[in-house]
Amino acid sequence: MSEPFLIGDCMTGGYGRDGPDILRQCTISIDSGEIAVIVGPNGAGKSTALKAMVGMIDLHEGRVWLNGEDITRLPPEERVVRGMGFVPQTNNIFTSMTVEENLEMGAYIRNDDINSTMEQVYELFPVLKQKRRQIAGQLSGGQRQQVAVGRALMTDPKVLMLDEPTAGVSPIVVSELFDRITEIAQTGLPVLMAEQNARESLAIADKGYVLVQGGNAHTGTGKLLLEDEEVRQSFLGG
Amino acid sequence: MDFLNAIIALSNFALLPAIAYGSQLALGALGVTMIYGILRFSNFAHGDTMAFGTMCVILITWYMQSLGIDFGPLPTALLALPFGILCCIAFLLLVDRAVYRFYRAQKANPVILMIVSMGVMFILHGLVRLILGPGDQRFDDGSRFVMTAREFKQWTGFSEGLAVKTSHGITILTAIAVVAALLWFLNKTRTGKSMRAYSDNEDLALLSGVSPDRVVAITWIIVAALATIAGTLYGLDKSYKPFTYFSLLLPIFASAIVGGLGNPLGVIAGGFVIAFSEIFVTYAWKKVLGYILPEYLKPEGLVQLLSTDYKFAVSFLILLAVLLLRPTGLFGENRS
Repeated sequence: MSEPFLIGDCMTGGYGRDGPDILRQCTISIDSGEIAVIVGPNGAGKSTALKAMVGMIDLHEGRVWLNGEDITRLPPEERVVRGMGFVPQTNNIFTSMTVEENLEMGAYIRNDDINSTMEQVYELFPVLKQKRRQIAGQLSGGQRQQVAVGRALMTDPKVLMLDEPTAGVSPIVVSELFDRITEIAQTGLPVLMAEQNARESLAIADKGYVLVQGGNAHTGTGKLLLEDEEVRQSFLGG
Repeated sequence: MDFLNAIIALSNFALLPAIAYGSQLALGALGVTMIYGILRFSNFAHGDTMAFGTMCVILITWYMQSLGIDFGPLPTALLALPFGILCCIAFLLLVDRAVYRFYRAQKANPVILMIVSMGVMFILHGLVRLILGPGDQRFDDGSRFVMTAREFKQWTGFSEGLAVKTSHGITILTAIAVVAALLWFLNKTRTGKSMRAYSDNEDLALLSGVSPDRVVAITWIIVAALATIAGTLYGLDKSYKPFTYFSLLLPIFASAIVGGLGNPLGVIAGGFVIAFSEIFVTYAWKKVLGYILPEYLKPEGLVQLLSTDYKFAVSFLILLAVLLLRPTGLFGENRS
């Protein structure tokens, strides 16, 4: 079997050059067509692991590989060009710009025609098409999240990374968002996300990572983790 | 008839000068707000940047005049303006590379950058005084008036005259053109949108592949152009003296804050609010009131609320009032 598409290999690091390590020998990988989910208690380093893979924090040890290329030392903007689409947990839209301008900014690195991608995003999130002339900062939480995912999709990424896409949105919207994410993955785009809603996200995951204190505690298919007695006891509340 | 005469007198002595002054302030304040929005600090060197840009224009104007080049009825300085802008752009990019880049790499606090800009301000101020001297410089030529008061009186038959100074006409037309071009650039072009995106959310702009170095460079280029144009227009209208430009900093910052920092349209409105307040408070209303008030109410004195020496106090008071009552500016800050 060939190597996974994106690998964060034995990542150790934290915020700032001299800050304490939050990640400890953490390994995350994702292959084409998969949905991988990182779950774990608060402060386990879920978001940090994603940020390390996007290049927003420096690693003290470990490497990040994208499609066989070592990208450990590349700044985030270079990684975006190489195909990493990232949706941060907060401040993930341009609040003073219209929905359409947000999507256009997502496609900033592209020189080809962006209209077909924009149509796809509008197809996936019809409400965005209705509101495309509205200032994104005026939308509801769930709609903002759709703008954020849409913006990342506009980069035409080879892998989509979501940092807690369902944080702060209502339960109905959560399952709606997960449906959309599954749809995205079905088009062949690998999706890696960090999630608080462990049960629901593992249900749609091909692969799950349970992080504890910055290290890998359990790894397996989503189904397996959901059935694992120890995981259930410690993280899913029985 | 008296009423029309009052309006003409008011237009001649207060309205037209206020519109011209407001345009100059708005152009200056746009530069301040661009730096604040994109580079995220209050640039105290802006007044002296205007002085520096204008100095370049003056030197080139004198050179052109020595070669016998002129622009007909328009001031030669307009021909020199593009070259002055280029000099100012080169200089600001140099300053950015030598000074600001270092602090940007360290992700310095805005307060530190503000103090750094004060250092740049002192250096610029000294540089301009060394090169041109601290005194008044004249560099306007061409015809002084588009329409003189006497022509207006002969043409219309009113007893009050309305003179249109060339510098006022140029200021207003240039300001409209520059503001329209700037708004078009920010709202319609890809680069302009990337600058708004960077100003809105720096991290997300990076994640969209926007290059920060490019955004910063373009910001300085636009700021240099705005500062040189604003400074030259002010110099043509009033006179050029380095210290005057330094003291323009207060009304410019007042305009930017009144309009809401980071909001280009608000800042333009802010410039006019400050200019109209300054001029209306320091204007001697005797003549205008003499036309409109009935005989027994005619004022004896000048009806000047404040001596022109205190005009900066007006900007200062407005600034204080806005900061106390509506800290985000009259027109709100352009972010949620």
